[in-house]
Parts: sequence; structure tokens; C-alpha cells
Amino acid sequence: MPPVQEVGEIFAVQHIGEYYQFTVVAPGVAASFTPGQFVAVAVGGDNTSMLLRRAFALYGATPTGDFAGTIQFVVAEHGPGTQWLVRRRAGERLDLVGPLGRPFQLPKRTVPAVLVGGGYGTAPLIPLAQQLIETGSDVEFVVGAATASRLFGELAAKRVVGAVTVTTDDGSAGTHGRVTDVLPAAIQRTKAHVVYACGPMAMLRAVGDVARAHSVSAQVAVEESMACGVGVCMTCVLPVVDDDGQSRFVRSCVDGPVFDASRVRWDDVGSLPPDLVGADAMGA
Amino acid sequence: MADLTSRLGSLTLPNPVLTASGCAASGQELHQFFDVATIGAVVTKSIMMRPRSGRPTPRMAETPSGMLNSIGLQGPGIDAFLEKDLPWLAEHGARVVVSIAGGHTDEYVALARRLYDNPAVSMIEVNISCPNVESRGQVFACDPAASGRVIGAVRRAADPKVPVFAKLSPDVTDITVIARACAEAGADGLSLINTLLGLAIDTDTMAPVLGGVTGGLSGPAIRPVAVRCVWQVHQVLPHLPILGMGGIRTGLDALQFIAAGASAVSVGTAVFGDPTAPARVLAELDQALDERGFAAVADAVGVAHKSVAEPVKEPA
Repeated sequence: MPPVQEVGEIFAVQHIGEYYQFTVVAPGVAASFTPGQFVAVAVGGDNTSMLLRRAFALYGATPTGDFAGTIQFVVAEHGPGTQWLVRRRAGERLDLVGPLGRPFQLPKRTVPAVLVGGGYGTAPLIPLAQQLIETGSDVEFVVGAATASRLFGELAAKRVVGAVTVTTDDGSAGTHGRVTDVLPAAIQRTKAHVVYACGPMAMLRAVGDVARAHSVSAQVAVEESMACGVGVCMTCVLPVVDDDGQSRFVRSCVDGPVFDASRVRWDDVGSLPPDLVGADAMGA
Repeated sequence: MADLTSRLGSLTLPNPVLTASGCAASGQELHQFFDVATIGAVVTKSIMMRPRSGRPTPRMAETPSGMLNSIGLQGPGIDAFLEKDLPWLAEHGARVVVSIAGGHTDEYVALARRLYDNPAVSMIEVNISCPNVESRGQVFACDPAASGRVIGAVRRAADPKVPVFAKLSPDVTDITVIARACAEAGADGLSLINTLLGLAIDTDTMAPVLGGVTGGLSGPAIRPVAVRCVWQVHQVLPHLPILGMGGIRTGLDALQFIAAGASAVSVGTAVFGDPTAPARVLAELDQALDERGFAAVADAVGVAHKSVAEPVKEPA
């Protein structure tokens, strides 16, 4: 189903650690949500000087039941746009576009999986874990952050999965270290065939490297700066190896945000590799 | 309901609201949010002869009431455009303005030839002003002679049934000089304006934000500059059709351009924040014309000039 634009009332804003968890009434977005997709939220109100939407991975959507038609997403306060957003309260309204982007692909057959979340990157992995468990997969979580207050979703992950390993860079919670320090053991313990990850770019790259070293596939959801979120502006591109073996700049918003980690040319993010299709035309 | 029929040279459009080049890709993505056949026309991303990767990221920086972009004209090239994008637009009933860009006059000419006798092409907009092309020395739009050469060559090579518009840069001392050069070279009209060249510096890294260092500034921040350019060009070339653009976010913004002398308008950067913007601006403009008693949008084109030429006298 195509994405929709709708104005939704905020049902709740919960302050969790350094994050804000929004629940918004948005039945159109909720209706066709699949884990890994995101929502683009207008910020600043009418006549704002901030023209561009902010993109947030969807933490959940409830098409039916008591909270029918609500969506959830998690916001970290970064700049003026998110500062405006985290000051919204229940009853206020947000202009939303979603669900956007290509979701996580489920394995064709039931296989064990390890899910790796960095910071609030755990958010989109919670509904994915639910989906995987419903299809009979064994799932373990690795949840990490720089420090304890930046962890997200540890309890939700425990509720859904049970087996959760926590890491922090400063040792303030869980294992002292990075998610990739504990990931090899998790892959071996679960005999995982696939790793799913969401978090900062450097973490995704490192997770991809660990997955490759263990000969398992890795699907990673990137968080690239976007202007439109719907595929028209071409600002959110990454160098990615295509099915034909050639590399192209592809849009994170519509060709991602979920990519096969082995296809992303991590070394070349932020540069223009000369073998990219069309790079030869740039000097002309 | 005002008559919204709009004319751009020999082209008649059902209404005066178009997309802007580089802000609508080739229409498919926005068709999820509004029917592309309902607006005046879809203006495509600038098409070039060869596939083009575009610039490294970061390609975008949000600025007050605007944004900087340095995409670098990423695109699949004319072959893929003719094979996939143009047929899609035709199938969906969209009128199509094809934006073309090149590094040399010969490339523009070759593109115009490839578009010859193609019923899906309603108009050609010649992007001679994009500040993002890698060859900075060849920004045709800053030189009246170079602008005239390209536009004359494209006009001669293009299908005579199809109007050729030159899209001008505001980054010039006197835009009317470039406008005249294009008109004399045979342009059927002008698209005003392209982005303004800008730069933003990240004060954490103390380096330019954009991978391309400089970028094109667009959005409501540039609207007064754009309206001024339309005004000045309409004053000296009152019979040359103008497609106005630059920071249009509402129907009243569009009406400013029309009153300054534009026959139609393009909605660009607003689409990034509101994917339905072209359809919404059209509805708002329709209502604004009605509220002001205009029977037709054509009656509003350039009307603001009358207020200056013939000031309303106080009643005796």
C-alpha cells in the first residue's frame, strides 16, 4: 500500500532515558506498516522556517484492538526540529507521512536470528522480533549504547524475546564494550543465519563485518539525512552494489532504509568512488 | 471558478501550477500523493546525455526558510528517461516539461534532437543556470552570449511544435540582460528562477556542510528575489511568457508571481515538506483568484505592474 499523509493527534509522549516515545493516532500509517519502515514528521508548526520533515523509524503500529490506529516512534533531541518535537504534548497534532521505505525482509524459511540495536535503533527491531517469533524463529537481542541513559528498548526486548545482552561503551550498564564484542558469541550460541541491525552508521558497518566473518547475512537499517523521505530529492543516497554488480548512489528513503550490509560500500560513504555508475560524467 | 487555462508560448495547459525541476523526480513518487494529470504539468529532473552519479554526500543542509542542495544532477541519462520515465508520465496523462542540462552546447542540441517528434513532450526547459554542475566555468546563464548560443542552438534543433524555455540564474548583475539575450536567440519563454548559490559551515567540524562545498539555495527564503526577477523581466519583455518559481509554498505565493508577470508557476522545495503541495497550491490559487474577482488566471498575469505605472488616485 502506498504511504499516506495525515494529521494525527498525539496520544502520549513518554520520556524514557534520553528519548521521547510518541504514540500518535494515525490509522492510515498504521494500516500498512511493516517493521523497518519509517514515518516523516513535519516540525515547527504552521509558517515554520523549518521546511523539511524529520524521519523516525516506526517502533510499532496497532491497526486493531484497544489502541487501534496508533503508531509509535522514538525521538532523540538533536537540533531545533527535534527540540520542537519533544516539547509537544498529548492532544496536539502532528503532520505525518508514512509508512515509508523498504522494510526488513523475513527469512524465506524459519531460521535463528540475532537483532542488534544501537541507541534508539532498537525501536524498529522490537516489532521485527515479534514478527520473527510469530513465524517460529529463535531470536536473541543485543542492545547497546554509549551509556546507560542512551539505551532503549531493553525491557521491551526482554518481554518479547527473553534473551537480551546489553552493552555500554562506558560500562554503566551490561557488558563494558560494544555490541560487536558480544555479537560473535550470540551468533554462535543461537546458530543464527541472519543478523538484523539498526543504529549509527559505524555500528552497522561493524555488525556487517562480524556477520560476514561468520558467514551469515546482515540486514541493516540506516539513518541517513533526508530532505523529502519519499524519493524525489536525491539527498539521502549511499553507494550500494546493485544486482548487476555495478555500484550506484541509491536513495536510503525508498531503496532503503534497510540494506544488505554486504552491498553497502561503507568505505565510500561520503565520497565519490570513480567506479560508481555515472561518476565518469561528473568531471565532464 | 476562475478559468485556469494557462498559455506558455504555443502550449496551452489546463491550469498554471507545475512541479519544479529536481523537486519531483519524474513524477512517479508524487503520484502516490496526488494525480499527476491534475496539475498543469510535471517538470522533470534535468536530463543529461549520460548517466550521472551526482555528488558525494552530504548533499543537503536545512537553512532558515530554505535549504541548500548539492545533488550534482544525479540521473540515469536520456536513454533510460525515454525508455522508462517519459512513457510512464504519458500513460498517466501528465503533460511533461522535460528539463535538459549539458556541459556543452552540443550536448543540449543532442538532447533536443532526442526529444524531437515525441508526443509525450509538451515543452523543453533548458537548464543553463544550475550552479551544481561540476564544470563551474561553464555556467552558461551568467554570460549573455553563452546563454544566447545554447538557447539558439536548442531552438533550432528542437521540434518546432514544442516551446523552448530558458531557465535563468538569479546570480547575475542584471537578469534582464540575460533574458533579452535568450529572447533574441529564440526562446519561447523563460523559467525564473533557479537556485541561488550558497554555502553553510558546520561550526563543530569547522568545515563546509555540503560534500560539494557550495549548494543551491531554494525555498521561501528566496521568494522575494524570485518575484523581483519575474517583475524586472516582465517589465522589459512584457510579451514573453514566464514560468515563475522560487519558494512557492501557498496559493497566495503563486499569485504574487502571477501578479508580477508569470503566466504559470512551479512548486519546488515545498514538495519536500508536503508531497501534496502542487495540488494544494492549485486549489488555494483557484480560491484566491475567485476571492479577488478574477474571471481567468490570464487576467491576473502582470496586474501588479499597473498599480505602479498608473497609481490609483485618491477620490477628489
